[in-house]
Amino acid sequence: MSSIRLVARGVDLAAARAAALNLPRASIGSTVLRRELSSAATVRPTVSRSLRTNITVAATAPLAANQTVRYASSSNEPLSKTQLYDLHVERGAKMVPFAGFDMPLQYTDLSHVESHMWTREKASLFDVSHMVQHHLSGPGALDLLKKVTPSSLDKLAPNTSTLSCLLEEGTGGMIDDCVITRRSEDSFYFVTNAGRRTEDLAFLTAEIEAYRSQHGADSLKWEVLADRALVALQGPLAASVLQPLINTANHTPSETDLSTLYFGNCRELHLTLPDGSATAHPLLISRTGYTGEDGFEISIPTSGAPNLPRQVTELLLADSSKSRLAGLAARDSLRLEAGMCLYGHDISTAQTPPAAALGWVVGRDRRDPATATFNGASVILSQLASPKTIPQRRVGLNVEKGPPAREGAVVVDIADPANPVEVGVVTSGLPSPSLGGANIAMAYVNQGFHKKGTELAVKVRNKVRKATVVGMPWIESKFHRPS
Amino acid sequence: MSSVARAIRPLASRVLAQKPIAPVCKATPAFRFPRGTRSFSQSPLSQLKKYTESHEWIELAEGGKTAKIGITDYAAHSLGDVVYVELPEEDLEVSAGEPVGAVESVKSASDVLSPVAGKIIRGNAVLEDKAKTINESPEGEGWIAEIEVADVAELEQLLDEAAYKETIDA
Repeated sequence: MSSIRLVARGVDLAAARAAALNLPRASIGSTVLRRELSSAATVRPTVSRSLRTNITVAATAPLAANQTVRYASSSNEPLSKTQLYDLHVERGAKMVPFAGFDMPLQYTDLSHVESHMWTREKASLFDVSHMVQHHLSGPGALDLLKKVTPSSLDKLAPNTSTLSCLLEEGTGGMIDDCVITRRSEDSFYFVTNAGRRTEDLAFLTAEIEAYRSQHGADSLKWEVLADRALVALQGPLAASVLQPLINTANHTPSETDLSTLYFGNCRELHLTLPDGSATAHPLLISRTGYTGEDGFEISIPTSGAPNLPRQVTELLLADSSKSRLAGLAARDSLRLEAGMCLYGHDISTAQTPPAAALGWVVGRDRRDPATATFNGASVILSQLASPKTIPQRRVGLNVEKGPPAREGAVVVDIADPANPVEVGVVTSGLPSPSLGGANIAMAYVNQGFHKKGTELAVKVRNKVRKATVVGMPWIESKFHRPS
Repeated sequence: MSSVARAIRPLASRVLAQKPIAPVCKATPAFRFPRGTRSFSQSPLSQLKKYTESHEWIELAEGGKTAKIGITDYAAHSLGDVVYVELPEEDLEVSAGEPVGAVESVKSASDVLSPVAGKIIRGNAVLEDKAKTINESPEGEGWIAEIEVADVAELEQLLDEAAYKETIDA
């Protein structure tokens, strides 16, 4: 979900690229978890831009072609709209191009910082329908996913999910990050980033074709669930907003009780519409999110019920003292505080999971070189065995008071202040709303500079600002887990 | 609060901007300048405020030698919560279009470009501790730099308020 930023940056792409060329190869780093990175993005410049550029981006959505966001992002292609586009406009959204979609950046009722804090204190609803939802089933589904990801999927129980990534053959570079949910023995639902749609579909097509050619055309059934909407309800009040809406007529009481739906679990449930009837389809409700808060992602079918995404959204927003709409701006600052990576910024095909400090996505039972068959296993397993061979890794930085260190800012070692040595680059950074505006950043730094407590510095508009390597996340994750 | 201020201020400055027109028109009725193109020589220096397409404003002080530079109401509103303002160093010489500072919101960093050539007298120290002043009063207390203008005639190339408004309404 790299998208928004990428698109927004298009104007400055030449400058950004030039800057990137001066940096060590791993200039795009990554971080922690998961997926939606995509939606997170906001209008974050790499290099300082003029007001005109920033404002144009924010206000009028210029179109920018970026090679990593080819889908519907070249200037002549119209932006796609999600099923909730009209609702966003009606509710005063500032719309911006993001990953080929016209997406809400923020809404008139709350500023970026207010919306961010609202999510931390109450509940926010994000439209993430631009993300790509897939269904993969058949006797070969598990094998295929075990080749393209390093996750222990055979240990995944039905209706549970895991953060994972799609790996490039040979290099073990991350083609995308994703969340994979096992629905049944040989049936999987997974969500990938909108900004990587073109690359992901090409990659999956090739892998699936290759598998079918060996195991028969019926070994795999793959479907992109193009007609589904996806919304994320995030924040401490999320469960209290959703629970009263769950329809109890069609399910047993234990199924409709969200308190037993833990982080990483999903259930198909109906909601009750204002007229007392149940929604036309069951919704796939997953207890997950990309903000560090408790919350849900709700996949909404539209077959025969094109209005269902709006109906569900309006239900979830019925009490504006609890839940409000939030856009990409808040999503980006929330996920960064939670230490979560934005694809295209904090992670890319140039990084393996261990370099991105995401080694934990490699399942315990998939680390035996004799049996590990996932793409790039030899590279990734040798990095896990000998971390010192990883040239650069993703770290958190706390940057001193002053201007934030943003994407592209060079990280320097100032052990000899007279002679600062470049040792890395910032991939995401902003003043953290939850931390009173303290500057936080993700960066890739050279081997040896990655340990917590290492004193470094970043260059912001050519001034050197002190920075310290810190652990992530910056805010405590509040996932709903069994106690 | 600030949104009220925002709504009122443009009106006030519009009223101000119209004041000089009346005498000018009386003197040369045949040469009625459309609003926005009245030339510098016909405007009292003390009221000369101009804008750039890149959303900066510049206002000449009395005497016409120095000016304050800031970002427009529209820009401040669009950027959202300003968290840091980088001020220019004293005596910095700039050409038109060169940065005299930067404004950082949570989501972006934007250079503030000087509308004209000149030498920096000072940055607005208020912004060092209270960057949010930019949101509260972008065209007043939230000015960013005071500059000694090299050539006052250079202001004539800039947009007047009506022309600027057209650029943002377009």
